Amino acid sequence: MSVVEATSVVRKTALNAVHRQMGAKMVEFNGWDMPVEYPASIGGGIIAEHMAVRTGVGIFDVSHMGDIRLAGREALAAVQHISMNDASRLAIGQAQYSALLYPQGTFVDDVIVHRLGDEDYLLVINAGTREKDFNWVRDNTRQFDCKVEHLSDDFTQIAIQGPKGVDLLQKLTNADLSAVKFYWLTRGTVCGRKNILMGRTGYTAEDGFEIYVPPDEKTSARVWHEILAAGKEFGVVPCGLGARNTLRLEGKLPLYGHEITDTINVWEAGLDRFCKMEKPEFIGRAALEKAKAEGVRKTLVGLEMVDRGIARDGYKVLDEGGREIGYVTSGSPAPFLKKNIALAYVPPAQAALGTTVKVEIRGQGVKAQVVPTPFYKRPKRA
Amino acid sequence: MSYPTDRKYTKEHEWITADGTVGITNHAQDSLGDIVFVELPKVGTELTMGKSFGTVESVKAVSDLFAPASGTVTAVNEALATAPEQVNKDAHGAWMIKLKMKDPAEINALLSAPDYEKFVSEEAGH
Repeated sequence: MSVVEATSVVRKTALNAVHRQMGAKMVEFNGWDMPVEYPASIGGGIIAEHMAVRTGVGIFDVSHMGDIRLAGREALAAVQHISMNDASRLAIGQAQYSALLYPQGTFVDDVIVHRLGDEDYLLVINAGTREKDFNWVRDNTRQFDCKVEHLSDDFTQIAIQGPKGVDLLQKLTNADLSAVKFYWLTRGTVCGRKNILMGRTGYTAEDGFEIYVPPDEKTSARVWHEILAAGKEFGVVPCGLGARNTLRLEGKLPLYGHEITDTINVWEAGLDRFCKMEKPEFIGRAALEKAKAEGVRKTLVGLEMVDRGIARDGYKVLDEGGREIGYVTSGSPAPFLKKNIALAYVPPAQAALGTTVKVEIRGQGVKAQVVPTPFYKRPKRA
Repeated sequence: MSYPTDRKYTKEHEWITADGTVGITNHAQDSLGDIVFVELPKVGTELTMGKSFGTVESVKAVSDLFAPASGTVTAVNEALATAPEQVNKDAHGAWMIKLKMKDPAEINALLSAPDYEKFVSEEAGH
């Protein structure tokens, strides 16, 4: 009998050839062939890319992210039904962090909900959950008078992140970016293309924008190169998924499949402030009400390694006596903080700041401490 | 990148000189990316060819080090504990351990520089 392997087609963004031309190291991520880091010869390497975003500006191809649009007479009601945050609070042109939940109060995915117009919403979702999310949204909004469109392949999405990110994008657009607050959107001409959506959002714990440009290779490559050229004076560096991960970890931004999964609920993940229980109804609400009354068995904490060693995803967390109490969801050296940090689930009794725990690294318990999060918070600028 | 011909190479990307000095290859440091942690055995540790003797970690990856020969560790490059990035800068100069080999002929079975280069280019061609 012969074993037939499932043919998995690795997907490519419109900028794939550009990344390869630039010498990026490519990896498969959630079914996508993506750059993990660029060569040192052009300012790359995970640490250099990470530092560029913290101190200047870096750009990321995030076209693998998915997009779902809900538009129609009952679009708001549909969004309210499938998401945990309160979309009724959004003005046109505003965005919010939210999540799609299962009836158990656990995560289908986390999303950013953008209000594009009256009864017109765009959900930006994760790459690895595109089809699952779209099916979930479509199947759970049938009772509403609203059209659900999968627009994931309609954009090349580029993130321009860092304290110089706004200055950089401002050179390429007629829109007044200073008038756009964090988690607000605007539209304008970018690199000669009209009506480009620009959101002051990101996944790096820095200021910056994410822009949605036409997905053809020619336009995508031209915009990418024009951003790099305009950013020279700010020391712009192209950044891959490696730096994206360390940047989001320093900022304690959750990653689907790690901090949030289909078995972790909102309270455990500590995302209470994005979950609006005052909303009379949304999928997952009833289970969350019950879970709140029962209390959580595990909670997400930040760890800093005290002794030498790096905690990695999936490593066990032990108490001081060596008893297993939890696990690491994300762990890495933190290039800006120059510490080894991790996010981990532990019982509430061991979650107090300052608690000493151990992380099991290659069979050894290495000392770590529960520390305040986010590990990194960007400085307020005047 | 041309690989120095004064040493032998393993398919796990370590190098070893005739006097038993051991490190990782330029290809290895390049695939790992920014190296932030090197864990090495103590002087006196007995190593067995092909068995793990330590760990090297980059920002994104953990990788085992495999002994290119059997023998006793006689020296450890302590500088790598505080400056692991030396391995990125100069992989063929930044040695990790020195070994007193049990059987110096053991390394004859390892790859020569041209063979290693060929092996790496074939691996990359997958």
